[in-house]
Amino acid sequence: MDKIDFNKLSSFQLDVLKEVGNIGAGNAATALSKLLKKKITMCVPNVRIMEFKEVSYMLENAEKPVIGLLIQIVGDFSGYILIILEYETVGLFLSNLSESTSVKFESLGEEFEFTELELSALKEAGNILAASYLTALSDLTGLRACTTVPGIAIDMAGSILSFPAIEMGKFCNNVLYIETGFYEGTNRIKGDFILIPALEAFEVLLKVLGASEL
Amino acid sequence: MIMTVNIGMAELKALNHPGILVTLGLGSCVGVALYDWKTKVIGLAHIMLPSSANAKKIDNEAKFADTAIIKLLNDMYILGARKENIVAKLAGGAQMFTLNNNSDIIRIGERNVMAAREKLAELGIDVVAEDTGGNFGRTIEFFSSDGSLKIKRLGRDTKII
Repeated sequence: MDKIDFNKLSSFQLDVLKEVGNIGAGNAATALSKLLKKKITMCVPNVRIMEFKEVSYMLENAEKPVIGLLIQIVGDFSGYILIILEYETVGLFLSNLSESTSVKFESLGEEFEFTELELSALKEAGNILAASYLTALSDLTGLRACTTVPGIAIDMAGSILSFPAIEMGKFCNNVLYIETGFYEGTNRIKGDFILIPALEAFEVLLKVLGASEL
Repeated sequence: MIMTVNIGMAELKALNHPGILVTLGLGSCVGVALYDWKTKVIGLAHIMLPSSANAKKIDNEAKFADTAIIKLLNDMYILGARKENIVAKLAGGAQMFTLNNNSDIIRIGERNVMAAREKLAELGIDVVAEDTGGNFGRTIEFFSSDGSLKIKRLGRDTKII
C-alpha cells in the first residue's frame, strides 16, 4: 500500500470524512447522554491533518491529565477510536455508572488511582460509546466491523494522543484524526471522540461513500 | 538568556550551552538525550519508530531511531561536539495502552528503546542513564549546564537522571 498524503485529499473527500465523524459521534453522543442522564452537545466534527509535532498539542495542553480509552476496530475497515475524557466527565461517569456515589470530582483532581471497579466501569462506557459510533458508521457504509475491549490510560494528553500517531507514522508523514468534541450542558469541552482510520480504511471508506476520486 | 526549545514528535534539535531542551507528554516514543560533557553541547531527539529499514523514502530522519541518532550527532558535531565526549540518556518508550492482542503497535515503546540502545552501542556511545518502559507518560527537560535529565510524571515525584 502506498502512503497517502493527507494534504492532497480534496475538499469533497474531507467533507465526506467529516460526515463520517458527524454520524458516528452523533450516535455516540446520544449513547453518552443516556448513560450520564445529561444533555450532551456535540461540536461540528473536524478533520485534523497535522504534522507529528502538532499532535501532542491538539487538546491545547500536552500535559493536561486525561483519561484515554482506546478501542481497536477490526473488520471490513480497521483503525482506532480514541475517546478522551476530562477528569470532571469521569466523575460524572463514575457516579452514574457505579453504585458508589461516593466518587466525587474533588477526589479525582490530584489522585490518579482508580479502583478496579471504576476502571472497569470506564472501560464499559468506552465499549458502549465505541460500539455506538461504529454502528452508525456501519449503517452508513454497509461495512461491517467490530471493536475490541478498550484499553485505558490515565495520563498526559500528549502521551495518549501520540499512540495512534505512531501507527500512522509507519506509512505517512502526517496524521489525520477525525475529531468530534462534546460538551455537557453549557460547560466547557468535556471530551473528544477521535476516529483514526488505518491506511487501507481510507480507501475503503472513501470508495464506499463514492468519494474515491481525488 | 537560556535558550529553551520544545521538541515535538519526530523532531530533533542540538543546542549550545546554555540551553534547555524539552519534550512534553512523551508516551511510547523515546527521547534520546545526548550530552557532550566537554563542550556542553546537548541534543534531543523525539523518536517515533524503531527503524527506517522498511521506509520507502526517508522524509524526516527524526522519525526513526537509526536515522535520528545519526542526524542528531551530525548536528552536534557542527556545534563543536566530539563523539568521544558524548554520552546518552534515554527516556520514554512506555506502553500506554494494553489491548487484548499483543500486536506490534502495542509493544512499540519497548522496540523503540531497544532500537535506540542498539544504534548507540553500534556507534560506541554509552547510555549512562535511562528511565524507560512502564505504562505512563513523561515530560522531560534536558539541561546543558550539567547534562541532567529531569523527568516528570503525572501524580508522581519528579526524577532526575
